[in-house]
Amino acid sequence: MEKKWIFEGLKIADFCTAAVGPLPLKYLADHGAVVVKVESSQRPDVVRTSGPFKDGIYELDMSAWHPNYNTSKFGLALNMNRPQALDIAWKLIEWCDVLGESFTPGTMKRWGLEYESVVRVKPDIIYYSTCQQGQDGPHAQFRGYGPHASAVAGVYHLTGWPDREPATIYGAYNDFIAPRFATAALVAALDYRRRTGRGQHIDLSQYECGATFMAPVIMDYFANGRIQSRRENRAPDAAPHGAYPCAGPDEWVAVAVTDDPQWKAFCRAADRPDWAEDDRYRTLLARKEHEEELNREVASWTRLYPADRIMSELQAAGAPAGVVRNYEGLFNDPQMAHRGHFVRLEHAVIGEHHYDGSPYKLSKSPQGPRWAGPAMGQHLEKVCLDLLGMTEDELAEYVAAEVFE
Amino acid sequence: MASEPMPHTLLSPYRILDLTDEKGLLCGKILADMGADVIKIEKPGGDPARRIGPFYRDDPHPEKSLYWFAFNTNKRGITLNLETTDGQELFKRLAVSADFVIESFPPGTMDRLSLGRRCLEKINPGLILVSITPFGQSGPYVEQQYQVTDMILWALGGVMSISGDPDRPPNQISFPHAYLHGGAEAAQGAMMALYARSVMGRGQHVDVSIQQCLPMCTMNTMQYWDMYKVNLPCGVYKRGMVRADGSSLYNPRLWPCKDGWVFLMVGGGALRPLVLSSEALVAWMSERGAAGGLEGCDWEAFDSTTITQEEIDRQRRVIEPFLMAHTMAELYEEAIKRKILLAPVNDPKGMAESPQLAARGFFVEIEHPELGVRLKYCGPWVQLSRTPLSAWKRAPLIGEHNREIYEQELGLSREQTITLKQAGII
Repeated sequence: MEKKWIFEGLKIADFCTAAVGPLPLKYLADHGAVVVKVESSQRPDVVRTSGPFKDGIYELDMSAWHPNYNTSKFGLALNMNRPQALDIAWKLIEWCDVLGESFTPGTMKRWGLEYESVVRVKPDIIYYSTCQQGQDGPHAQFRGYGPHASAVAGVYHLTGWPDREPATIYGAYNDFIAPRFATAALVAALDYRRRTGRGQHIDLSQYECGATFMAPVIMDYFANGRIQSRRENRAPDAAPHGAYPCAGPDEWVAVAVTDDPQWKAFCRAADRPDWAEDDRYRTLLARKEHEEELNREVASWTRLYPADRIMSELQAAGAPAGVVRNYEGLFNDPQMAHRGHFVRLEHAVIGEHHYDGSPYKLSKSPQGPRWAGPAMGQHLEKVCLDLLGMTEDELAEYVAAEVFE
Repeated sequence: MASEPMPHTLLSPYRILDLTDEKGLLCGKILADMGADVIKIEKPGGDPARRIGPFYRDDPHPEKSLYWFAFNTNKRGITLNLETTDGQELFKRLAVSADFVIESFPPGTMDRLSLGRRCLEKINPGLILVSITPFGQSGPYVEQQYQVTDMILWALGGVMSISGDPDRPPNQISFPHAYLHGGAEAAQGAMMALYARSVMGRGQHVDVSIQQCLPMCTMNTMQYWDMYKVNLPCGVYKRGMVRADGSSLYNPRLWPCKDGWVFLMVGGGALRPLVLSSEALVAWMSERGAAGGLEGCDWEAFDSTTITQEEIDRQRRVIEPFLMAHTMAELYEEAIKRKILLAPVNDPKGMAESPQLAARGFFVEIEHPELGVRLKYCGPWVQLSRTPLSAWKRAPLIGEHNREIYEQELGLSREQTITLKQAGII
């Protein structure tokens, strides 16, 4: 029996850019929804204008990054300088069940496309808005990308060493917290509408999602007045606990010893039974007291061997360890390969390369990604003739009016 | 349907049995916050996750863990020993009328307890089983019984390699996030299976790998390897611009200011918001007579592929002292007014005192009668126009709802529940 796509027949108009808007709609597309991604070269998606680019060519369709966030979607490109472009937007709105936008609050209103206007035409629409700090409030007009949200949500403050300025995590880290919340809310709202016939406006603040991940730290301030700060890789209840250098250049292994059997296992694997009897290291409290020395001793061992070997020897002995995988390492990681995480798809312009698969497997429902993200305006005819039901003549008129890119 | 009252929350019809530990608590919380009836099931005496700090008034008591409070809002709680036949029977009785079971046991545990997929499917074909584990239900690391902590997964998931500074070991965030990504992704997967059930009339298994949740957090590092066979080095983002060939210029985005640091992007070119931001920054500096050589700079012409280190250094020599003359709060307020792409490096106090979060009603106070106080929590993580996240109950005490569930709902007598309690079954 052929498996049914979960969201077959669900129609989505995607006016989003960057990550937090497009990703939930990509997940719905990957599970069968019909998603039309609307773009414009007057306001190019930052993910298209950033690299890496195929062959180093800085063009909107040469970004290898954009297609990964927009798999399984159809692409339409509008020239926003043409007033009739708004006609097309309204056709999409009348067609869709779900609309997504990620503009600064007030932008959709300037085009008359905000929730209040749309809901008059589509009373049961599910309208997904996301931005940095929410649709209202004194900082609603805050300008920023994922790294700004990461700064505001405490990520940088809590990363790095106490004796120097904060470290960072590469890129738009906070952008990858919010979509998980957004997708859960979106699909719950879809289920609610299925049962009640009622849609609604989903207003997702990226700051609020990031803050939710930090809730215990914020509560520590409220309840105890404590301002937690960065402490590199130390843990309050484990030692050794950290990242240690291995034999290769820029090769590291993460090691975490959380109880007595793991500590004995560690000492066996390192061929240092004396560490288990050493008064400086015998108990957890002793290891915490002598943590700097301990870390130096551990590093003096790990430094001699490749990271994968340290990991497999420690794990075999019974101590938690994990290679600090870079991307090359992820592609060669046997567990990631077993899960089939990296999927190869063919893109209309840049050809075949890798995409992220789903982190969860559904035992009975098919899952994408189904195809690579679209080139600019790649599916003009599919969208206008097939999905929106325009006639050839109608389409020709709009083309003559230079509405499309 | 017309005669039924409209439900006030998204997930009111659904019941969820939550067997997770810290690897999956957030999943049940997200679903409980959206209105599902989530029953947290702990072993008698309480879940080990109650040992995770910080603690209320630094008292490391199982009913005072702020971590437990934060990630178990809106759940009810019972105790149950699944290693016993009585425990397994009671669980199966609850599973008959549940919509979801969420668990984070080592793969194979549910089968060993006679509570695996096949068994649950027979009892309740509509039941959705969500399993949240480090690597998924199978594979080499599972067969070899690899042990993990949050940090180990942060490393194996690729995020650690790009967190930190270039001259020291790579980092985790001091409040670890790997498990939280797994829990949040599991909530997404659970909802997918819920909608699928309405399409095909049956439940299914949602098999979440926490490791697989993490590579997405590294943004476009995958494409740097895929396209150019370049592994982005640690600390590269703070350092500055990464070019197509993987080389970088020193153009840090973290800038010191009078009382801390700010994240600020300076540049332009094809990115219009960045052009406007840089122009606005220069305009502000100009008003203060501090724009120096940046007066009249053409940010549209900024080309990240050809700009030299000397030009960048010239820009920094103007901007740095200007930032050092202002506090994070001053810079933040002006940035919002002037549309400058600048954010303060907030600490927990900054977040707790955020006027934006306060205005949005993000912080909620919840009663803790057992402590005699109201505690402030992070509340609605999304604003919904029709079904707001407006009900906020504290996390359950150990076995708090044993009577409600075992006696009132399952019809056990008081004598029976006392027997079960004494035998360590509940």
